Amino acid sequence: MHINGVEIEDTFAEAFGMWGSRLIVTGDDLGWARTAAEAATGFATSIIGCGCEAGTNDLASGEQTPDGRPGVAALVFTTSRKNMEAALLQRVGQAVMTCATSACYNGLAADEKVRIGGKLRYFGDGFQRSKLLDGRRLWRVPVMDGEFVVEESFGVARAVGGGNFFMMARSLSAALAAARAAVAAMRAVPGAIMPFPGGVVRSGSKISSRYKGQNVSSNTPYCPTLRGQEDSSLKEGENAVLEIVVDGLSEAAVAEAMRVGIAAACLPGVTRISAGNYGGSLGQFHFALRDLVST
Amino acid sequence: MGCIACAALVFDGASVTLTRKESSSIPVEADSICPDRFVGCGQTEIAELPAYYGRRKVTLGDLFEVDGYGADNVIVSGDLKAVKKIGQGMTHGRITVTGDVGPHLGASMSGGEIVAEGAAGDWVGAHMSGGRIVVKGDAGHFVGAAYSGETRGMRGGTIIVGGNAGREVGGRMRRGLIVVLGDTGEFAGAGMLAGSVFVGGRLGGRPGAGMKRGTIVAFGEAPELLPTFRYACSYRPVFLSCYLQSLAATGLVESSALPDGEFRLYVGDMNSGGRGEVLIRDQSE
Repeated sequence: MHINGVEIEDTFAEAFGMWGSRLIVTGDDLGWARTAAEAATGFATSIIGCGCEAGTNDLASGEQTPDGRPGVAALVFTTSRKNMEAALLQRVGQAVMTCATSACYNGLAADEKVRIGGKLRYFGDGFQRSKLLDGRRLWRVPVMDGEFVVEESFGVARAVGGGNFFMMARSLSAALAAARAAVAAMRAVPGAIMPFPGGVVRSGSKISSRYKGQNVSSNTPYCPTLRGQEDSSLKEGENAVLEIVVDGLSEAAVAEAMRVGIAAACLPGVTRISAGNYGGSLGQFHFALRDLVST
Repeated sequence: MGCIACAALVFDGASVTLTRKESSSIPVEADSICPDRFVGCGQTEIAELPAYYGRRKVTLGDLFEVDGYGADNVIVSGDLKAVKKIGQGMTHGRITVTGDVGPHLGASMSGGEIVAEGAAGDWVGAHMSGGRIVVKGDAGHFVGAAYSGETRGMRGGTIIVGGNAGREVGGRMRRGLIVVLGDTGEFAGAGMLAGSVFVGGRLGGRPGAGMKRGTIVAFGEAPELLPTFRYACSYRPVFLSCYLQSLAATGLVESSALPDGEFRLYVGDMNSGGRGEVLIRDQSE
């Protein structure tokens, strides 16, 4: 199968069950809201080294923030509910509360919840106040620019992490152009984020290493500089590979993000679109590339 | 004074209509006019529910024409100025009062909605713990307040008054929201323990006297506060924007009736711990 002359390989991306939360971060203007959300989702590229994966997402079309101010959604993914509580406490406490004019609300209706504002409120040193509005408890923590408003609890729900696809290209510039186009399209999908810098990862990994104690190492079959030294998965004329990893609040969100991303990435200079998997035996979710793009 | 958007009432399914047979100034106690009491009752059973006419025990059928059946939608019409306790203790359903109504409307209710198209007497929503009361006209004294001798008044829910309200709105309230789009009498929020009172018009004198916690917001004219309140700062409270968004979403309050903006924050009452707050909107904006 080809799109615009780009081969779509007959393979699938293998993704895993995770836990997801959605925060709505607001500020006096969109700039401050985005600053707070990006700070909270910074250094959250991979569960392995960061404890969570996170990214920002525009609000859904027509979605109002609880306080009516400009806002941005921040999606956070972890491997367990308990890890989510730890991650949100750190990130809301250190990155959102510290950001001028910010406020933080739950953006995910879910049965399971983790207490975040209910713990961060102690920063108020006894002067915190709460309001119960429409069944949601809001904490008002005194800070130097007024008050930091944070919701008592945040919803946590089962989610999907690790959707992915590779873009093989004749040149790095062609790979970058494809990646930029793909990420721009994928960012418009509600409930999905690309946790790596700029939404793109260049240091794809394999789960083995020649060094003791090192669990993962560079994805050598896809490194163009190693062609000739190692078994290569690259074809003749392929000189750069970039990967996009997708986490989503639902299987449908990941599938939709991959679909629009692949379609946007099929640009001149791109030779193939492929995906990473472990033979299908590890991940609960399989996203067949050809099925995605033919829907 | 602001206004309540006149959202048409939509009734699904069956409803009961009670129409007062005659006008009288003799007080009627009609706490049996309550969806909870109508559950499983036909027209005859509803007509046999008890009421007091003065000190005389009567039935609803003696005082009202009863039409229809079902518990979810109750419509009460006629001269109700002397009819007390409509919707007292209700937990679900909806009561619509087509004109003015007497005291204790929705007192101690915990769920459902009451809409009074006209004015209401004293003690609207006293001790209520949930649900919503909308009074499109004026309300009397002690809206959402605690009865004499009780330590806590309203504990939850929302009361919206489209007109003016009398003295001690939210007196000793513990939780919930009272919105008065018009003016209030003296001692709004007196002895408040928590909760919120929003006043769109002129806030009466001595607001928050003895309040321990809670929030009184004056969107319009405000009196000089008691000397036991201290000025803290001028700021734009984000939590208040959340309330205003929520109220706007109900379609019952126009955003111009309770405008957002910069507020002067006063904390008090220092005689009672000083954890309460009175926010007064900066009229220069």
